[in-house]
This record gives sequence, structure tokens and C-alpha cells, in this order.
Amino acid sequence: MNALWHIAGREVARAWRGGGLWPPIAFFLLVAILFPFATGPDGPLLARIGGGVAWVSALLAALLPIDRLVEPDRADGTLDQFAVRGVSEEVIAAGKTLGHWLGFAPALLLAALPAAALFQMNGPATLSMLLALLIGTPALAALGVAAAALTAGLRGAAAIAGLIVLPIAVPVLIFGAAAAGTGGGGALRLLAAVSLVITAVSPFAAGAAIRGTRG
Amino acid sequence: MAGEELIRFNDVACMRGGRLLFEGLCLSVCAGEALVLTGPNGIGKSSLIRIAAGLLPPAAGKVFRPQSAALLGHDLALDEAMPLAAALRFWARLDGVEEAAVERAMQAYALTQLAPAPVRYLSSGQRRRAGLARVVASGARLWLLDEPGVGLDDASLALLAAAMADHRAAGGAVLAATHMDLGLEASRLLDLGRLSGQNR
Repeated sequence: MNALWHIAGREVARAWRGGGLWPPIAFFLLVAILFPFATGPDGPLLARIGGGVAWVSALLAALLPIDRLVEPDRADGTLDQFAVRGVSEEVIAAGKTLGHWLGFAPALLLAALPAAALFQMNGPATLSMLLALLIGTPALAALGVAAAALTAGLRGAAAIAGLIVLPIAVPVLIFGAAAAGTGGGGALRLLAAVSLVITAVSPFAAGAAIRGTRG
Repeated sequence: MAGEELIRFNDVACMRGGRLLFEGLCLSVCAGEALVLTGPNGIGKSSLIRIAAGLLPPAAGKVFRPQSAALLGHDLALDEAMPLAAALRFWARLDGVEEAAVERAMQAYALTQLAPAPVRYLSSGQRRRAGLARVVASGARLWLLDEPGVGLDDASLALLAAAMADHRAAGGAVLAATHMDLGLEASRLLDLGRLSGQNR
């Protein structure tokens, strides 16, 4: 259990060295700013799609650092050193998931406030969007780590990882956007269920994939 | 406690890429001992070290390793962007050893001056010494060293020999794969080339 916190702390430190909170915030806001340019400055329309846009940018922000989640540790022998110390691959995956989530989700929640203003979302809609992001982003982090583990050592890993994550993330996206929009409490509960299942199962998939990278 | 067995191979075979590297290998390393693996390239020295570390399942046979071991592989496994001391401390914390062990390990390999330097600026010999310092700091009784002397100058080789002698005197053991003389006194030699020659 101790190892889990060490690994999570190491991931957070690595994400932090990559520029701290700013890269995910800047990325999220940039996507949010791009959408009004594409759809035009129609207030009611923007307010309606705001939640959906937030979820698409959250998904993309979770995918951004995917190539540095597992592959560097495989290449430089860190995963071997964990194995020699008897740290199970599932604990490594869970620690990396926690660290990855801490690396992008808090920044995202911060950035969601100005983004909500850009989309002219009202107070309750903004609040439910933040709540939905808080509940749903662990699933995105877990999927990112699993995809990173599955593609570690492959050429073009980031693109393949994206192809793996996107279809599985669809339920999170649907319920997340609905919870932020018109769906209300029911969508939020379904989002929590989907997020819980994905977050709980993914470390096992990622752990098996990490074992598979050893040769 | 001298004489305690730290690792034992019983009839171990190793397959890599469908090719049989060695089979029927029996060995045992006890506290205070050193076993040096030699043999030509590709004979399976690194694979044997990886089997001993538990990273590679043997194709046949059994490996008994009652205690934890420390591994020096070909890769450094230290965060490139971190200062050397901090990168070593990460593993020390995971191993549950006190921070003074890291200081001592860096001293043993003359790395104290380099403690604040980011790992990516180290030369290849310094990186090798950093990996060896990680092994020292781990506090594990069995050291599994894959080519520990590569890239080391004479002074560093002397530090390595001294560190291994100290470790053995303190009840540790060394299993090392190498092509060069590591300065190990009273060590046993296992020539994998001759072993596979006997089997064929």
C-alpha cells in the first residue's frame, strides 16, 4: 500500500515538472475558446453545448500526457525495479492512475470556471458540470493509464492509445455531458456508476499489460 | 549469519525467442559468497540474472530466493530530470531504508559531489556508479549485477571491488555477470559457454 502512494507521488512530481498546472489549463481553455469561433457567437447555443465541450476537452487533456505515463518507465528499467521489489503491477497501475488524475483533474476543474463563463452557462449548470467532471475524470485517468500500458513500446503508441480510449470513454462522455446539461441527477448517478466500474477495473487491465511488456 | 542460502537454481532451463540458451542449470549462492557468470555474448548471462531477479520465468526448473534482491540491469531506472540524490531517495523510500543509507551509498561510489546534479547530465561511467549506489542503498542481501564494470575507470572499479567486499563481509552475496575481472576475492566462476557445451 505504501508503494501506491510513492508511485502516485512520483507521477504527480513528474506531471508538475512538465509545467505544473498550466498545460492542462491552457489546453482546456484553448479548446473552449475554439468552439465559439467555430459555432458562432450564439449565446443560447453555446450555453447548451458548453457541458459537452468541457467533456471533450477533458478527454483530450487526459490523453495529452499518455506517452509519458508508462513507456519511459518500461524503457529505463523502472518497471523492472518495481517488480524486483515485489510491487505488483496492479498497484503500479493504480498508483499511476491516482498520480495522473491529480496531475490534470484539479487543473481542469479550475479551468472549467472561466470556460463556463465563455459559454455563458448559468450558476446551477456550471455547478453540475464541475460535479460531473469531478466524478468522471478518474475514469478518464484510469483509461489513459490502461491504454498507455497496452501500447508501451509500440511505434505510434499515442495514436493507438487514443483509438483504444475513445470508444471506451463514450459512456463517460454521454452521462457526463448529460449530467452537466439536462440530464440532472439520474445522469449523474449513471456517470458515477460507469466511472466507478472503469476506475476499478482498469488497473487490472493495465497491470496485465505491464506484465506483458516484460520480456 | 554465514552459510545461509540466498538463492538456489534447481535444474533451470532458459528459452529466449524459441532458442534454448541453457538447461539443467543448478547453482546456489550463500551468504558471503560471490558467483561470477562468464561466457560469450548471447549465451544467456543477462537472462540468468533476470531469472534470478524474478523478471523472467524459467522455462523449466525452480528458483528459490527466500529474501529480496537488488538488481543492476542494463538500464539505470533513475528519473532523468531529478537530482541524483533525490532519484536515489525515491527507491530508498520504497525499500523502507533510512536516508543515511543513500548518503553512504553515494559515498561508497564517490558520488557525493554529484548529488545535486540532474541524472541526465551524468556521464556513462557516473550513471553506472549511480546504478551501483542504488543497489548498495537498497540494503538487500543478494546483489544481482549485470555487467557492473562496464564503463568504469580503474578508480571506480576499485570502489566497486571494495563495495562488494564490504557487502560480502557483512553477510551479503553477489551474483554478477561480467567479461572483466571485478576484483572479487575467493569467488566462484560459472562459465555458461562451457555448461551449454556439455549439454549439447
